[in-house]
Amino acid sequence: MNESENTIHTCQLEVEGGNFNAAGTVATRIKSILKELKMPDDIVRRSAICCYEAEINIVSYAKKGIINLTVWPEKVLIEVDDEGQGIPDIKQAMQQGYSTANQLIREMGFGAGMGLYNITSYSDEFAISSEVDKGTFLKITINKH
Amino acid sequence: MKLSEVKGILEARVFVGEDKLDMEVHTAFGADLMSDVMAFAKAGSLLLTGLTNSQVVKTAASRNIAAIILVRGKEPSTEAIDMAKELQIPILATQYILFETAGILYSKGIVGCLKKVDSDFYK
Amino acid sequence: MKLRDIKEILNADVIVGEDKLDIEVKTAFGADLMSDVLAFAKAGSMLLTGLTNTQVVRIANVLDIAAIILVRGKKPPPETVSLAKDLHIPILTTKFILFETAGRLYAKGIVGCIEKVESGSERI
Repeated sequence: MNESENTIHTCQLEVEGGNFNAAGTVATRIKSILKELKMPDDIVRRSAICCYEAEINIVSYAKKGIINLTVWPEKVLIEVDDEGQGIPDIKQAMQQGYSTANQLIREMGFGAGMGLYNITSYSDEFAISSEVDKGTFLKITINKH
Repeated sequence: MKLSEVKGILEARVFVGEDKLDMEVHTAFGADLMSDVMAFAKAGSLLLTGLTNSQVVKTAASRNIAAIILVRGKEPSTEAIDMAKELQIPILATQYILFETAGILYSKGIVGCLKKVDSDFYK
Repeated sequence: MKLRDIKEILNADVIVGEDKLDIEVKTAFGADLMSDVLAFAKAGSMLLTGLTNTQVVRIANVLDIAAIILVRGKKPPPETVSLAKDLHIPILTTKFILFETAGRLYAKGIVGCIEKVESGSERI
């Protein structure tokens, strides 16, 4: 079966690096799209949480980023592709509590080293690749439970 | 109340300071913003927080905090544990969220290290 | 309990949502870490926090938080107030510190939106 044939929605949303005021707008948009598509509340909530964390990472560490949303009747795929500083040590970055955030990010209530950890705990499948000074790519899958 | 009672009430795990559980505590402050801890936390209080890095221990030491209570199932980083041992600040960890931790301790007689902050403070 | 009762207990000022004081609230979550709010706060709860930036409102919106209670005498900046108005999310402010706010609400029957977080376990 060709998976792409069964998609019920796809869209591409942009995130501007450094703009803390706009952070979270893509997560908000994705939440309303999924709600309009009548996806189960659990999927809507987990997708919004994962997207929010990904957005904060782009705003904090990248020049810009693209978030691709693909929706199937019982599954959501969020692909995040940013142009930014990248992650030198992914294993370290995945650890709960590890963060390279500056004081500004911390005073905003982020940068406590929970972002990627939250994404892994709220997604069903998670893949990450990164290249220093190029950017980071995340593939987040959320299934109906 | 003794720190050992706090441990019991919160079903907490002691990461640092097993030898200090006889200390008396009467007040607490809860926050995840270190700037607010610096501004408002008082000597001899418990610090309830979800931050787990060594910065918390440094801040607690500078405010003469009696003990750090990590909430929401968090565990201290190894750097935080090492620094807490060196600075002799107990670290306990509870699975209760901050709201429940505060509610339960309050109901047992622990009060805020201050009650209110005047809005003029931030001007 | 109605939001109106919360206002009384906390001697709070209503910054946004004077028309929403009749909503019912039973649970709360308190944190200044946005990732922890995202991870653990539940729909219909009050969010007690010392953070005042627009992110608080956006996250509250994404999570369907019933009302934001700013603690420690914090005042929201104008952009936070205007976003909360747009998104119809009440903001109350109290001078009580978070510990006292939680203690007083707990004593009146408000409980955590969850009780505990299992250490290091799957949290869904």
